[in-house]
Amino acid sequence: MYAQMVKSSGEGVKTAGEMDAQERAFQSRIDAGEKIEPKDWMPAAYRKTLIRQIGQHAHSEIVGQLPEGNWITRAPTLERKANLLAKVQDEAGHGLYLYCAAETLGVSRDELFDMLHTGKMKYSSIFNYPTLTWADMGAVGWLVDGAAIMNQVPLQRTSYGPYARAMVRICKEESFHQRQGFHIMMTMCNGSVAQKEMAQDALNRFWYPSLMMFGPSDKDSVHSAQSMAWKIKMDSNDDLRQRFVNATAPQAEFLGLTIPDDKLAFNEDTQQYDFSEPDWEEFYEVLKGNGPCNRDRLETRQRAWSDGEWVREGMMAHADKRRNANQTAA
Amino acid sequence: MANEWPLWEVFIRGQHGMSHRHVGSLHAPDEKMAMNNARDVYTRRNEGVSIWVVQAKDITASDPSEKGPMYEPSESKVYRHPTFYDIPDEAGPM
Repeated sequence: MYAQMVKSSGEGVKTAGEMDAQERAFQSRIDAGEKIEPKDWMPAAYRKTLIRQIGQHAHSEIVGQLPEGNWITRAPTLERKANLLAKVQDEAGHGLYLYCAAETLGVSRDELFDMLHTGKMKYSSIFNYPTLTWADMGAVGWLVDGAAIMNQVPLQRTSYGPYARAMVRICKEESFHQRQGFHIMMTMCNGSVAQKEMAQDALNRFWYPSLMMFGPSDKDSVHSAQSMAWKIKMDSNDDLRQRFVNATAPQAEFLGLTIPDDKLAFNEDTQQYDFSEPDWEEFYEVLKGNGPCNRDRLETRQRAWSDGEWVREGMMAHADKRRNANQTAA
Repeated sequence: MANEWPLWEVFIRGQHGMSHRHVGSLHAPDEKMAMNNARDVYTRRNEGVSIWVVQAKDITASDPSEKGPMYEPSESKVYRHPTFYDIPDEAGPM
């Protein structure tokens, strides 16, 4: 979801017999529900997979500011503008919580940024779609943050302590995001015909990309089993996607909007919604860098980083100068 | 990397009467900016009444792999706990 297609060791899950004593002790701590903390021993592959996952998650929060930042100056009212600013500021905060969790694993902040800016690390595919109208702010909050919550709530119980604690903070703040999005949709659906059409159009464009956020189907997820054994992935992609559809379909009905899927229907036997899969070809293309906004998002990030260099250096120079002056005075 | 801003650990007193608690970390060039950033990153919703920032490199931490010898002295002294002393009920509440 916010972390899609995170590669693990790629060797499948080791049986207890294949593990050495240290690995066995580590796995039994995880099985017992203990948290792993930064200075504890951990398998190299656990560390590596977590850096990838938390890094990708952090990058998603940071890049996720861009599609919404697009509308801050054009929000329809001062109140909506203040709401959106607060939400985008939260996304920055979430990125920072997650970067600091990743850093406890021995990777530096600059290395993480470098991997984002050179394309070595990914961010969620969803942020490569454009936000064309104000209704997209509603759809993003409702659907994208809604999908994020589905994934993030179980991650509060993840095995790595700093990651779990970051998720607790994030989940506390995230529900405001979804509600403000839904509120925008509600307002537009109760507005003029044109406004309601705009809301429907936003739903049409964001529905399938939101379903893609959970990652490919379980049968195609090669890395899930190990991550689930390590409790850094708590639920399968398909389970989370199903939960999301179950929660969202009645909300669309409440709004009087139609989810763009002919097959969407409540199944009395399973007590769940049946629905169509998104176009996975499109998903892989977006991951490869060929989505509608990939190049633009990455360039914006790279520019922000290089344009800010003189500020970072200037502030460091100022701090050094002050420190030296204090030492001379003392 | 060479020019990276130093890492600071952030501790927040959630409400009056409570201890400061570790909430996370951040990067900042100096203690003043660390304090400003801590406010923006960790107290956007009235989470605190007091903030401490400490440079991460100034913290000395115990090593989890040595927790056996580290805590042995306290584990072997059961007489430090009130339940060690058998006092008859007749003695009254104590």
